[in-house]
Amino acid sequence: MRNWAPPLAGTALAVAAWWLATVAFGIPPYILPAPPDVLAVFGEHGGYLLDQTWVTLAETLLGYALAVAAGVLIAVLIATFRTVEQSVYPLLIAVNAVPKVAVAPILVVWMGFGQLPKVVMVFLVCFFPIVISTATGLRSTPAELIELSRSLRAGWARSFLQVRFPHALPQIFVGLKVAISLAVIGAVIGEFVGAEAGLGYVIVQSGAAADTALAFAAMALLGAMSIALFYILAALEHLLLPWARETTA
Amino acid sequence: MIEVSGVSRVFPGRSGAVTALQGIDLRVREHESVAVIGRSGCGKSTLLRLIAGLIPATGGQVRVAGEPVTGPRPDVSLMFQRPALLPWRTVLGNVLLPVEFLGRSKAAHLDRARELLNLAGLEGFERRLPHELSGGMQQRVALCRSLICEPKVMLMDEPFSALDALTREELSAELQRIQLENTTTTVLVTHSIEEAVLLADRVVVLSARPGRVRKIVEIDVPRPRSLGERLAGYGAELRSLLVERTRGSAR
Ligand SMILES: Nc1ncnc2c1ncn2[C@@H]1O[C@H](COP(=O)(O)OP(=O)(O)OP(=O)(O)O)[C@@H](O)[C@H]1O
Ligand SMILES: [Mg+2]
Repeated sequence: MRNWAPPLAGTALAVAAWWLATVAFGIPPYILPAPPDVLAVFGEHGGYLLDQTWVTLAETLLGYALAVAAGVLIAVLIATFRTVEQSVYPLLIAVNAVPKVAVAPILVVWMGFGQLPKVVMVFLVCFFPIVISTATGLRSTPAELIELSRSLRAGWARSFLQVRFPHALPQIFVGLKVAISLAVIGAVIGEFVGAEAGLGYVIVQSGAAADTALAFAAMALLGAMSIALFYILAALEHLLLPWARETTA
Repeated sequence: MIEVSGVSRVFPGRSGAVTALQGIDLRVREHESVAVIGRSGCGKSTLLRLIAGLIPATGGQVRVAGEPVTGPRPDVSLMFQRPALLPWRTVLGNVLLPVEFLGRSKAAHLDRARELLNLAGLEGFERRLPHELSGGMQQRVALCRSLICEPKVMLMDEPFSALDALTREELSAELQRIQLENTTTTVLVTHSIEEAVLLADRVVVLSARPGRVRKIVEIDVPRPRSLGERLAGYGAELRSLLVERTRGSAR
């Protein structure tokens, strides 16, 4: 964020190489469209693509928000109660081990083709990293800080809100950032299996019509969305945790 | 002020119970400063945590200001080897932490907090975050924090051992000055014999496994003290006590 030049130069270089390849080897647009072909799609179907972007963004944000709320809550319970940890942790790991792509068709059977199965898919992919990072963060409070707050006669709530939770925040943000990059993927998986809208749906449709340029445009939008969400989160962290910059920079 | 009578502490462990302390008897008078020395693992920190009410004794009794200790008391403050500052709070916020946690009036303590920070040479750093300070400065903040609520008893567990030699000397000189100005009772755990003879009225030598009071040495030198010949004599005596004990327990 401090220096835009290197990433911009890297992107420009990659696009140039791509363009050069399409021209030099005479690759037809339905195999690999050149950058101007993709740009042309934005001009032609701009409004349509924007609408589909909104659909995917809404699914992503809804599922993510639910995963943050539920993930943090479960993590607090895991970090607080031994029995919850022992009974819930193995279950969580087992659920996480199931490939999410395999669950997607079942979600369609249960919930149909609407927004809900996509939101649930996003939730499923985001939940685990958030729980793990939050629980780890909450359990890593240094012993001195615990003894300090005990010696100042702090109860559970005060100790949690003023010492343990703030101390866990940098660790929580690690999980939040991992989860946001998975969130968009989750939404697209949901849309691939069965949808009537969204950028994933656009990619499936354009594949059937051999409109590769449209698929590329949709992928570019997905990438941009992922990057934007990640950096919004990183900026939020930068703003909220100035004290943690030393360790996370 | 502090009465430790026949106190023992056993830690249950997976490979059998560990008797950290056994039959400890110690009386610390009001305004007195006592240092505790002994080899690593002899139970110094355990003794401090017992007095602080952080852990219960498994035998005997600890009394502070005449009352049996059943848990942490607001008039007993604690200082650790590491500063243990909250990294998201400013220097001033960290010093005021006990005020907030113990439910005292913040406004009434603000001036005192500034005054303590000035005394510790930290004026102008009130709004800084701990990571912007050196280790020595952070430990000074911790010292200010432990003084803010005017504790009757200050318990310090190797407060200067993580610092370099110069900063360490500086801070122990500062502590000596604070002891002269204030009327707190202090128990200082230290690995440094120099620190012990410089700061304490009496030095308690603990033996290890199980931790017992081996000897209590009175340091009969007027204050303010500086490391001269008389203190060096006491230092030699304490050192020989520690070495002798090691030889004894090696058999
Ligand atoms: N929470 C605990 N559980 C089990 N055993 C413990 C616990 N705390 C201390 N002990 C044991 O009690 C003994 C004394 O520990 P303590 O920390 O009081 O030593 P110490 O004198 O402070 O050592 P050091 O100089 O290294 O700080 C050690 O043998 C240690 O293993
Ligand atoms: Mg110790």
